[in-house]
Amino acid sequence: MTMTTMVPHRAALMAGAILLAISAGSARAAEEQPPEQFHEEPPVVGTLLIDQFEHRWRDGENSINWDAQGWVGGDTNKVWFNAEGSKPVDGEVEEAEFQLLYSRMTSEFWDAQIGIRHDVRPQPQTTYGVIGFQGVAPYFFDVTAQLFVSEDGDFSARLEAEYDLLITQKLILQPAAEVNVSAQRVRELDVGPGVNDVELGLRLRYEVVREFAPYIGVNWERKLGETADIAREHGEDPSDLSLVAGVRFWF
Amino acid sequence: MHTARRGLSRRDALKLAGAAGLAGIITVYPGRRVFAAADQSLNLAVERTRITIDGETSSAISIGGSIPAPTLRWREGQEVVIYVTNRLDEGTSIHWHGLLLQGVMDGAPGFNGFVPIGPGETYTYRFKLRQAGTYWYHSHSASQEQEGMYGAIVIEPAGRDPVRADRDYVVLLSDHTPEDPENVLRKLKVSEGYYNNNKRTLIDFFRDARRDGLGATINDRLAWGEMRMDATDLADVTGYQFLVNGKGPRDNWTAVFNPGERVRLRIINGSAMSIFDVRIPGLPMTVVSADGQNVVPVKVDEFRFGVGETYDVIVMPTEDKPFTFFAESIDRTGFARATIATREGVEGDIPERRPRAILTMADMAMAPGMDHGSMAGMDHSSMPGMDHSAMQGMNHGNMPGMDHGAMQGMDHSAMQGMDHGNMPGMDQGSMPGMNQGKAGSKDQAVGWGDAGTPPGAKALSYADLKALSKAKDLREPSHEIEVQLTGMMSRYIWTLNGEKFDEGAPIRVAYGDRVRIRFVNTTMMAHPMHLHGMFVEIENGQTDRMPKKHVVLVPPGQVTTVQLTADEPGEWPFHCHLLYHMASGMMTRFIVEPRTASL
Repeated sequence: MTMTTMVPHRAALMAGAILLAISAGSARAAEEQPPEQFHEEPPVVGTLLIDQFEHRWRDGENSINWDAQGWVGGDTNKVWFNAEGSKPVDGEVEEAEFQLLYSRMTSEFWDAQIGIRHDVRPQPQTTYGVIGFQGVAPYFFDVTAQLFVSEDGDFSARLEAEYDLLITQKLILQPAAEVNVSAQRVRELDVGPGVNDVELGLRLRYEVVREFAPYIGVNWERKLGETADIAREHGEDPSDLSLVAGVRFWF
Repeated sequence: MHTARRGLSRRDALKLAGAAGLAGIITVYPGRRVFAAADQSLNLAVERTRITIDGETSSAISIGGSIPAPTLRWREGQEVVIYVTNRLDEGTSIHWHGLLLQGVMDGAPGFNGFVPIGPGETYTYRFKLRQAGTYWYHSHSASQEQEGMYGAIVIEPAGRDPVRADRDYVVLLSDHTPEDPENVLRKLKVSEGYYNNNKRTLIDFFRDARRDGLGATINDRLAWGEMRMDATDLADVTGYQFLVNGKGPRDNWTAVFNPGERVRLRIINGSAMSIFDVRIPGLPMTVVSADGQNVVPVKVDEFRFGVGETYDVIVMPTEDKPFTFFAESIDRTGFARATIATREGVEGDIPERRPRAILTMADMAMAPGMDHGSMAGMDHSSMPGMDHSAMQGMNHGNMPGMDHGAMQGMDHSAMQGMDHGNMPGMDQGSMPGMNQGKAGSKDQAVGWGDAGTPPGAKALSYADLKALSKAKDLREPSHEIEVQLTGMMSRYIWTLNGEKFDEGAPIRVAYGDRVRIRFVNTTMMAHPMHLHGMFVEIENGQTDRMPKKHVVLVPPGQVTTVQLTADEPGEWPFHCHLLYHMASGMMTRFIVEPRTASL
């Protein structure tokens, strides 16, 4: 709830206003609760999942990539945290994205989310307002869909989905897909309008215990359209195939 | 701070005044036994301790210095006083499960003015025993019950006991986890399937495809996937050690008998989360009492019982050999075991383990929004031996969700008067132990109700329970209260009528009313529903001799109805007795309101 005061960006204020509107309803409900409440309320809990922490080998420069998420809260309201990024093995961090979201249960399988995204890299640092949803689609697909509006008013969106296929109780194959879309050209971020890129991954993990699983896999990323052209102008290959090995762990 | 004082009745106060002259002496002695004018009084301290099970030691909480807590043996009509001293650094409480008493003595924090017993405080419970039978007591605070706060209560009848026995044993079953219960709940909230190590895998898919055909298997997986449900979800928590009177299977608690004796076993399910299938191979059991209330004796080979339920059985071993008391949790992750023998130190064979059940679409019959069109495997043609001839008036026309594929060999002959007319909402209250045993193969049981009972063996069903004496209140219920058992499994939120504890309105009935409660289980788990303060009577077809229960196990996807005379004023907890279901919201207030003179 105090997120609004923490980041004095325009996008943040926008997100905060909507957030306040949502939480006003629950605050009213709380006042109507009986004053004496001795029986334990369902607890506030938290978790942090490092979904990917991996080394990527490719035809070119190898990198370290990460993808994490965590939350603290009750059944209905949560503070949600996302982070992802990459760093060449010998070099500076190239991409580092952080999200701080308010997450609210809207149905059995879905949470609506609103908050801030801040990209420390690439330069220039950019802050976005985020609105999206996260949950489990029929047939057990984990889905995240997010709409971003940058501090300069640029719109973009991202859709992610993944699935756990149990080969045995401990050996799990996880296909994952991600698509990024932009509504306009953002020259300073080397992004063109339309579908910017598609990423497909396939990771095979072994859960030594539920909380700790080393894995191997492949990851393929392909920039598309004008974004691909811009990459080529920079002498980069718009297509990127890598072998990966890493660990997934959570608390 | 006020709790101890609040527990003092006026009588206490008078005695205190009378004893004031002795106060100087009395304060020297800890405990307040001196004041007790009751027929029975005792001190029970609640404290942290360690428990060693089969050689492994972990943290626990004891009442009265032991796990389980000391068995309280009382006599009907006595007035008892119990001083409970809290030596924990958190609040605690003791609830007298199944006892009829004044609300504040019921010991449920947040109800009837009872507040938790604070650290260092002593609370005085005082009540008159208005009943006989087997009951139990446990903490009603947080997850303390899971950590060892449970014990048995045996109340001898004031008059002659209709049950004759040469030996009398309490057999208290429980489940113990070395994990911190708070962390167990956190894991369930973060990752609901955390404890399920029997999920369906790709290997299972190929096995099923070979057995049932590829198309049927794909359809089955799609149907479960569409609902985002897991057919292997039988128990939420695993990693339990299952105990008999605090002893693990290797520690082997033993009940001693002489051949030819009648041995009474008071079997209590005092676990936090585990539903058990109980049997004593080679020794038929005669059930003489259910939830402390005498029933017409019924001879069975096995029974399934939910958390909080009790059954008293008589066994009559005639041979000088050890018999194994065997209670498997329904998810088959382990078993509790004890031995009934002519001497300590011997053991019988461990019987063959029963197959683990896979849930079927029938177990989902009451799920809201379930698409019955996608029900794979509903095949009426494969029902050999199903005798429908005795089912008069059974309307199969509108029975969505009924998985007949799993009902081979189902014996319907004993189901007279079964009202199938109003399905969905099929009233199977009278047949939770529906004998589907012959359906499953040796390595797979089909449907929640399939306990793997071998052909010819008799499993107890609620329909078999008939109260020993005729009911006093034979009025038709004046109204019906529907209680939907609901939840969001993937988030580990459990609710009644879709609402968490104190989110929804309490249930209100007028004092003296006769009401029907209709449990509609929309989830795919069984819920042992417990009402404090009063007994309910299961509508199991026994008309004027419906069995009285304090816990009713409602199977997944089914409807169970009970009747109740609201003759105990107060606000009573009404909840699922699975500890983590209650902790995550599956509870409400059942308020019996005094009749007002308003007109």
